Amino acid sequence: MSKYTEDDLREELKTKEYEYGFYTDIESDTFPIGLNEDIVRAISLKKEEPQWMTDWRIESFRAWEKMVEPDWANVKYVKPDFQAISYYSAPNKKPKYNSLDEVDPELLATFAKLGISLDEQKKLSGVAMDVVVDSVSVATTFKKTLAEKGIIFCSISEAIKEHPELVKKYIGTVVPQKDNFYAALNSAVFSDGSFCYVPKGVKCPMELSTYFRINQAGTGQFERTLVIADKGSYVSYLEGCTAPSRDENQLHAAVVELIALDDAEIKYSTVQNWYPGNSEGKGGVYNFVTKRGLCEKNAKISWTQVETGSAVTWKYPSCVLKGDNSVGEFYSIAVTNNHQQADTGTKMVHLGKNTRSTIISKGISAGKSQNSYRGLVQVHARAKNARNFSQCDSLLMGNDCGAHTFPYIEAKNKTARIEHEATTSKIGEDQIFYCNQRGIDTEKAIALIVNGFSKEVLNKLPMEFAVEAQKLLEISLEGSVG
Amino acid sequence: MLKINNLHASVEDKSILKGINLEINPGEVHAIMGPNGSGKSTLASVIAGKEDYEVTKGTILFEGEDIEELAAEDRAHKGIFLSFQYPVEIPGVSVTNFIKTAINESRKAKGLEDMPAKDMLKLIREKAELLEMDRKFLSRSLNEGFSGGEKKRNEIFQMAMLEPKLAILDETDSGLDIDALRIVANGVNKLKSKDNAVLVITHYQRLLDYIVPDFVHVLHNGKIVKSGTKELAHELEAKGYDWIKEEVNA
Ligand SMILES: Nc1ncnc2c1ncn2[C@@H]1O[C@H](COP(=O)(O)OP(=O)(O)OP(=O)(O)O)[C@@H](O)[C@H]1O
Ligand SMILES: [Mg+2]
Repeated sequence: MSKYTEDDLREELKTKEYEYGFYTDIESDTFPIGLNEDIVRAISLKKEEPQWMTDWRIESFRAWEKMVEPDWANVKYVKPDFQAISYYSAPNKKPKYNSLDEVDPELLATFAKLGISLDEQKKLSGVAMDVVVDSVSVATTFKKTLAEKGIIFCSISEAIKEHPELVKKYIGTVVPQKDNFYAALNSAVFSDGSFCYVPKGVKCPMELSTYFRINQAGTGQFERTLVIADKGSYVSYLEGCTAPSRDENQLHAAVVELIALDDAEIKYSTVQNWYPGNSEGKGGVYNFVTKRGLCEKNAKISWTQVETGSAVTWKYPSCVLKGDNSVGEFYSIAVTNNHQQADTGTKMVHLGKNTRSTIISKGISAGKSQNSYRGLVQVHARAKNARNFSQCDSLLMGNDCGAHTFPYIEAKNKTARIEHEATTSKIGEDQIFYCNQRGIDTEKAIALIVNGFSKEVLNKLPMEFAVEAQKLLEISLEGSVG
Repeated sequence: MLKINNLHASVEDKSILKGINLEINPGEVHAIMGPNGSGKSTLASVIAGKEDYEVTKGTILFEGEDIEELAAEDRAHKGIFLSFQYPVEIPGVSVTNFIKTAINESRKAKGLEDMPAKDMLKLIREKAELLEMDRKFLSRSLNEGFSGGEKKRNEIFQMAMLEPKLAILDETDSGLDIDALRIVANGVNKLKSKDNAVLVITHYQRLLDYIVPDFVHVLHNGKIVKSGTKELAHELEAKGYDWIKEEVNA
């Protein structure tokens, strides 16, 4: 496969200008608004993708066109106008600011509370970096260590070019193009994302976190992630960032696919803190995510997530337990405040024998927010001795918020053992006074109580992430009890 | 140290405290007794700064300062401690983590750094030993599933950690078995000095055999209707409250 150069591209675009029905200046960073097949082709071209990838996108697009946006979730929002969005925007290379002094002080205050280093603050808020950035050299060191073990860790765009055989083999195998409305859209127009492959028997020697976080700033609207753990390998992957992400893009529709081959283990941790909108709920991000993992024999996938952001969240990290003795886990903390709405949960599909799944969901609602847990445990006929344990706890703060639990169970094998526990509690004034009396102010008291409530899930996060996530919970709930 | 003057307080427009006068000096132990519902816990909560209670008249001075406007946590930082009659549960927060947070918040208020982990650990061990508490206990969720007696012992453990100037013990003895009562009372006595003071709320003379009060007050219907020495407690134990109620009504 020959590689396009900038010039080839320019030529090609010029000649195809007609065909696309619009004029695209290759120097321009943003496509015109709207979505049609030409736009999809143009995205693929711009990203210098091989033909099979272009075709795959087109196929997805055609499927998407015939689909309707789902409305079964317990969320209310104005449906996005998909023709009013621009589907390609090159990563902004130019720094937005010259120094931190120009950045919104409120944002900086939050960074400070989270204990984010100055360098990282600059990176995250788009400030020009002087000198050689510390983090870049860290990233290089990481890359070297990983390469020595044969671990591939790069952007999905890079992977499509450098490792097409792997991408081609696995993309869309866990979340098919037509899986759902948002997944189809993502498959057609995904901007970028990450790719990770861990070879047979290799234990990834580090949390894929710091590196990722550095590359996190400015990821697109339609992120695509593909993680493959080959037989007997292990990887722990951290996605997201505790720093508040103020994105102008209102709609986010990511797809994450995890593949754990025989005896492999993937831990996937997410901290999501998209802009939730102002206290009236205006301007927040809509986050519609499809995350799914496939477990082969004796494999294990754990999803751990801390969700504090977005105006509307629609997200169900799931596990398909295909192989015998495979294990799926889902640990989640979802915080909603003000007017946020979250409909999140998981799906555990038991296909293989002796498959086991655990679901621990902690929903915290404050303000006027609505927090729903939706879980499906499915045991197929072949899945002898499948076991599931689910626990869904809700914590309410104040009288205007809501917590809802929708557990669905479908068991087609009599040997299945499924347990479900649910609790709802409220932060009591007595608890707060007790803390106050010991010298702990109300805000700190709430943080303490919330952290206690979330402990089982926080404990599942890698150490440094857990500390940040704890602070994030604190900040998300600030001022929620008057 | 504490000077309460003609204190009236109400909750939800229901008047509960109806003119309390009480002065506690450093080094003193005071006991408050009185029938159920007479307002003992209310008085404790008002001193500690619980917001549900509205002070409608009178003043509370702590070390000469009117604390009416101070939030509960600020009063705690000044050295007021309340051992609750009914300690609340905080699931998922360990005894250790809770007390660590409490100590460091108080230090922060005084402009001090967090206590180094090593010192904290040492202090916790020392005080746990003083109250003969099992180590395992310290990692359990605060008050969750604690027996009545364990809750009370844990309150005094926190008191020992925080070393308050004024400790109010609201029925700390109820729920304690005989051995535990002795241990807890010994703990309190060890913490006593000429610079701090204790206000014990109790129904029973038993506790006062260990923590010997300088003064005993009887609270009835929101007022202190009788004060005396420790002999008064014996008298109450023997005769109940009726004679006092009669005296008041006479
Ligand atoms: N939040 C409240 N709302 C309504 N009434 C209250 C409230 N708090 C206290 N009271 C009432 O005030 C009165 C005094 O209560 P308090 O708890 O102070 O009594 P106490 O002397 O501590 O009694 P006990 O010996 O049973 O502990 C009681 O009649 C009680 O019902
Ligand atoms: Mg009482």
